[in-house]
Amino acid sequence: MTGQPTLSPATYPVVRADLVAYAAASGDPNPIHQDPDVARGVGLPDVIAHGMYTLALVARYVDEQVGAPGRIAELGAKFTKPVVVPESGTEVEIEGTWRDERTIALRVTCAGERVLGNPVAVLRG
Amino acid sequence: MAVDASLAGRIFPPTPPYDVTERAVSDFAVATGTPYTIGDPAPATFPIVVAFRAMQALLADPEVGIELHRVVHGQQRFVHERPVAVGDRLTATLTVSGLRQIAGTDIVTTSSAITDQVGVLVSTAEATLVHRAEAE
Repeated sequence: MTGQPTLSPATYPVVRADLVAYAAASGDPNPIHQDPDVARGVGLPDVIAHGMYTLALVARYVDEQVGAPGRIAELGAKFTKPVVVPESGTEVEIEGTWRDERTIALRVTCAGERVLGNPVAVLRG
Repeated sequence: MAVDASLAGRIFPPTPPYDVTERAVSDFAVATGTPYTIGDPAPATFPIVVAFRAMQALLADPEVGIELHRVVHGQQRFVHERPVAVGDRLTATLTVSGLRQIAGTDIVTTSSAITDQVGVLVSTAEATLVHRAEAE
């Protein structure tokens, strides 16, 4: 589609210490987000980020793009692929496109693959 | 084992009140790198802290038949009536809005109504939990 203004892309580094901090702040202590042995034990390649951590990065991106907190009225996505966080860390890339004057459709990727399905934020009217 | 089919439509008791503190909001913002100054509203996904408590009650209920290590968070959506603010006292009431089975995998959809200390709806958090089938 053409004629839809695209927002600036942003790249967010993610390291395991972020996931430890997020586990404490969110109250989700699931060890697959912190302990590589547990993650591998359930068939994952390595520690993965909480899906909600990635969604929080989307909210952060929208706040940064619109220049103010508290503007998001609706936010949602499917968690389609895990964000794998090796010892050396990784990066999540986010780019938004205005779908209408209140709605931002997002593209969220890690290592070149989309990790969220249909992430959308709707701002307050 | 499959999730109990009578789960659909079940409403869980409200979670104990959760007091939103400056510290809790600040820690959440810092952990996610979200720009935050004292007095700002909480980040948009902050209500997961309260919704997650309601989900844990569902996951921990032995009658439901969910095995924690088989659960994956499939989808999440928030509808905010207003941003959460420091000083809010929040409670989440979870309803199992749907339950379906695909090839032995249970797809449990939930909706948690998050209300403030005067009972007014602040946010609705819809979560889809995927309970994978046991490997044979």
